[in-house]
Amino acid sequence: MSTLAPERPATGPVRPRRRRPAGIGDRLTLRRAAPMIPAAVLLVLFMAGPIIYSLDLAFTDKAIRGDGASKTSFVGVSNFTDALTDGDFWNSVVLTILFTLISAVIGQNLLGLLLALLMERANRVISFAITSIVIAAWILPEVVAGYLLYTFFAEGGSLDGILGLVGIPPQTLLFSAPIVAVSFANVWRGTAFSMLVYSAALGAIPGDVQESAAMDGAGPMRRFTSITLPLLRPALATNLMLITLQTLSVFGLIFIMTGGGPDRKSQTLPLYMYEQAFSYGQLGYGTAVALLLLLIGAAASLVYLRLLPEEEKR
Amino acid sequence: MTSTAAADAASAPASPSAASAPGPATARPRRGHKGGKGPRERTAELASSLAMIVIGVAFLIPLLWVVLASFNESATLSVSWPEKWSLGNFRAIWNTETTFRPLGNSLLLCGGATIVTMVAAVLCAYPFSRYRFAAKRPLLLTVIFATGLPITAIMIPVYSLFVQVNLIDSMFGAILFLGASSLPYAIFLTKGFMDSVPVEIEESAWTEGAGVLRTLWSVVLPLMRSGLSVATIFTFVGMWGNFFVPFMLLLSPDHLPAAVTLYTFSSQYGQVAYGQLAAFSIFYSLPVVALYLIMGRSLGTGFAAAGGVKG
Repeated sequence: MSTLAPERPATGPVRPRRRRPAGIGDRLTLRRAAPMIPAAVLLVLFMAGPIIYSLDLAFTDKAIRGDGASKTSFVGVSNFTDALTDGDFWNSVVLTILFTLISAVIGQNLLGLLLALLMERANRVISFAITSIVIAAWILPEVVAGYLLYTFFAEGGSLDGILGLVGIPPQTLLFSAPIVAVSFANVWRGTAFSMLVYSAALGAIPGDVQESAAMDGAGPMRRFTSITLPLLRPALATNLMLITLQTLSVFGLIFIMTGGGPDRKSQTLPLYMYEQAFSYGQLGYGTAVALLLLLIGAAASLVYLRLLPEEEKR
Repeated sequence: MTSTAAADAASAPASPSAASAPGPATARPRRGHKGGKGPRERTAELASSLAMIVIGVAFLIPLLWVVLASFNESATLSVSWPEKWSLGNFRAIWNTETTFRPLGNSLLLCGGATIVTMVAAVLCAYPFSRYRFAAKRPLLLTVIFATGLPITAIMIPVYSLFVQVNLIDSMFGAILFLGASSLPYAIFLTKGFMDSVPVEIEESAWTEGAGVLRTLWSVVLPLMRSGLSVATIFTFVGMWGNFFVPFMLLLSPDHLPAAVTLYTFSSQYGQVAYGQLAAFSIFYSLPVVALYLIMGRSLGTGFAAAGGVKG
């Protein structure tokens, strides 16, 4: 857990400090706060600004062309009600949840945990080589990853080639089940992160606890469920929260691989939002969808916070 | 291709806050305690190694494609051994239009934004780390909350605002937004590293009458050099891979960074030249891989909050 929480030094108890002669550790004065101004200005203008503006924009009919373009007017909650009554919106919600479940909650999370556990036991050279490959998949730029996985799943791509070797006909997942293809792609890209998180958490579990349990006659399964898993709980919650938020907002990977298609079959909320705002020019409506996306993220975060043991909650 | 040092750090994670926890040095010998390995351990090692190899091969295939296809002038979508190895693909994209300008734009965009982010983050982290004030905790919590904010969700209002203030297609505007969007995470990391520099060292500087900036520049920053480079590399790498922000905020081909030109690659040539696409992907990925290798063992100190890196 310790490696997991760079936030700890930030919010943990302030180190006890002795009274010192000159300024340090004292109260912040206006003069001393001056260096914070550039960051404050940037954050207010470019982060807080757009967020506040989005709260306004989502209630207007602002558009790139058409009615809302020349004269923007307040339309109340109609953007939200439009979304909630639109079949394509719900299609995207279902696909987003599916994508997040398959690729983050199940795929990256379990595969990352499995790899972290295997790393501890496998031959060191093999473990080193394999983790290097998994990490390479993680550090490549999003667009490159998108193209690499496109070639893997495309008609005549590597997957079909491999399946052909064992006599299975081509699957063309990008057409038949694009959401599955992009989910696997996201697992490929994101597993390293979970692997690193879990490997750090496992490294922090004291070895002698495991040893004494083994001496008391606890088998590997028993040791895993009664010792490792409970100690991993904070890491589990943190990892799930981070990868869920990341996965909910994945845009480039899907955009490159399928563009949301065919026939909206891989159009998750970020792609739906993009289509509405730019293909149809409905900026107000797109912003409303973005706010609903944020709401889903917040709801997921609340669920994961409950997973955290009491002492980890702030 | 693979990041050896990064993996090294993965098996030996270390962090400022993990200093007190039993490190990997004590965790490692655990599996072989009491002398040599018994048959049980050996079976476990064999089974684990085999399982890792199976998973690793699945991860390797797309990576193999990019390497093999880049040397194959008649590359297809499938992984295949080039009949004739050639540098033709690299030669074909070795020009300003396709490669140098986009990579130069990426460097300008991400380099500029990294400077903006790091200067603002260091200046902001110092008072956070050194002084007491009532709003400290709420402000820090806001910063932490902002690190998790999906940038995807605010791109439409950002686009709309940029159109209104005429910053669309401006490199300057994109640099400022990209810089601001990675600021929360950078402040958060920098403050953590700064906290681990003992305050006592600054006292002598203070008693000699050095001001805040002077102390920060010549006392604190040199002492947190490695932490600072981790934060800088993370910031840069996150921006280098970012597609959505430049895709939305920059329009003219002269301004587009590699992340976006790679997307337009296929349409430029009609028929997709997969070998050239692979070669370009390699050029575009190299800086990031190199930076990870440089960061090496200190990767462990910063990876956990890599939320900003992935998007």
